[in-house]
Amino acid sequence: MSDIASDPKTWFAGVLFLAAAGFAGYSMGCYPVEPVKVVTAPQPATGALPQTPKGSKFIPPGDDKIPDTEFGKSVRLGQAIFYDTQNNAKEFIGNSLQCSNCHLDKGRQPDSAPLWAAYLVYPAYRAKNGHVNTFQERLQGCFEYSMNGKAPPLGDKTLVALESYAYFLAKGAPTGTVLPGQGYPKLPRPDKFDFANGKEVYSQKCALCHGADGAGQQSPDGQTVFPPLWGSKSYNWGAGMSSINNAAGFIKANMPLSQGNTLTDKQAWDVAAYIDSHERPQDPRFKGSLAETQKEHHGGANDLYGTTVGGVTLGKDSVPSGPLPQ
Amino acid sequence: MLLARMYRRHQLKWSLMVICVAFGVSNPAFALDPASIARSGNGDAATACSSCHGDHGEGLPDNGFPRLAGLDSRYLRTQLEAFASGARANEIMHPIAKALSSDERQSLASYYSGLIAPKAQQQAVDDDKQIADGKSIALDGIWNKGIPSCSQCHAKSGLGVGASFPRLAGQSSTYIGNSLAAWKDGSRGNDPLSLMAGIASKLDQSQIDAVAAYYGSLPVDRSEGKKP
Repeated sequence: MSDIASDPKTWFAGVLFLAAAGFAGYSMGCYPVEPVKVVTAPQPATGALPQTPKGSKFIPPGDDKIPDTEFGKSVRLGQAIFYDTQNNAKEFIGNSLQCSNCHLDKGRQPDSAPLWAAYLVYPAYRAKNGHVNTFQERLQGCFEYSMNGKAPPLGDKTLVALESYAYFLAKGAPTGTVLPGQGYPKLPRPDKFDFANGKEVYSQKCALCHGADGAGQQSPDGQTVFPPLWGSKSYNWGAGMSSINNAAGFIKANMPLSQGNTLTDKQAWDVAAYIDSHERPQDPRFKGSLAETQKEHHGGANDLYGTTVGGVTLGKDSVPSGPLPQ
Repeated sequence: MLLARMYRRHQLKWSLMVICVAFGVSNPAFALDPASIARSGNGDAATACSSCHGDHGEGLPDNGFPRLAGLDSRYLRTQLEAFASGARANEIMHPIAKALSSDERQSLASYYSGLIAPKAQQQAVDDDKQIADGKSIALDGIWNKGIPSCSQCHAKSGLGVGASFPRLAGQSSTYIGNSLAAWKDGSRGNDPLSLMAGIASKLDQSQIDAVAAYYGSLPVDRSEGKKP
């Protein structure tokens, strides 16, 4: 973001974009889908790829700064949940993902929806549920949608620990501000998505790790090392990543891992659209009618739920949301 | 039963074959027997694998010869192809891999993949600080330098994933260090998407040594891998 801010050509576009997206609405990657009016940002006159924000000047404290106190214990628990959600919060999750799949470096990495930046923008009003949400309430959404599970009750140890960890990481940062590196980069939107190109990019750059079938890969000891991107073990139709703009921003900045910012914007958009044009668990807000769910909670250019892609009406035959019965 | 019947029917031929193998003479009938190649070579320029990789594929740590036992067969096959083509530059393995037929490469890859072997003895790195530094890189990465943790692709346990991300637990520190150095200097160029070349180029020598020391310190069958 700092690069954008210093570039007069893209500065105005950036402001427009952020304003349109809504600061709070994008503070974390695992937002439930909300229809968002997208303002198409003008392309730079040079035709060069716009610079994606490369990082933040804010550096969260290191693990060695976690105090040796009761609060420190809660921070450590939060970090452990974040890093290994599968083993440390299993009662609340219904897929094979970890928090740190989308929030890299245990929630520290700029442009990967870092926890320290998210912490600063709550409490916040959200049109989604029509009231001011606390940070814990926001975390509940992560469990329900991105983790396809069920929300831990407010005040639950899991939420307190995650909040403690986020608070610890945000130490010294100004509350109520959107720091560079917050959320995922907002890429200039293309006129349309090219699914065939997305499929091609996927096979060249993504399938190595995530598998041609999008199901991810495990190590012999059963750890899901490469997260599933679609299918029954992935995020559900209410998750922020099912919005193509979020996925595109994350992919552009971070994928393939260690090679962030090597894909073009077009490649990032197309491959994000390709990924999000596959079936995944149902939106937890689904009450039996695809059309109603789409009308109430979906729609917009970044959301393929309820649309037909390649002959498949997305959301029509989704597996039910939430953890599978044991 | 079948073997016994074949033996009776072709007694003379079998005797000849046994003699041929005993003297290291190439014989097409035995070309696909990977255990035989591993033990005695294929009679061509492919010498016995076991002389460097051990009788059970456990490797020879002091010389940096890697453990092969239990690695993914597709990975092993890919490496043999890369040695043969030169994509993975290696003076010793290049002529050996070239001398193996396509079928032999495949059967050897499957053979070693199926072996179970104890960890080869190596003088342990006696530097707890170095191992701890290596563990930090292996499990946490150095993200502000663009280095993800090794575990992002090789699993927290180091047991590897699929065909392209080999098992590291069980390898010697010498081999891990040599491999990272080879990616860094470009002599090993067969990594998919150039992932390892990119990552190794960002590591300095002390970090390479630390990562190598950490993986060298892991037991072969490390399956817990739950905590950072």
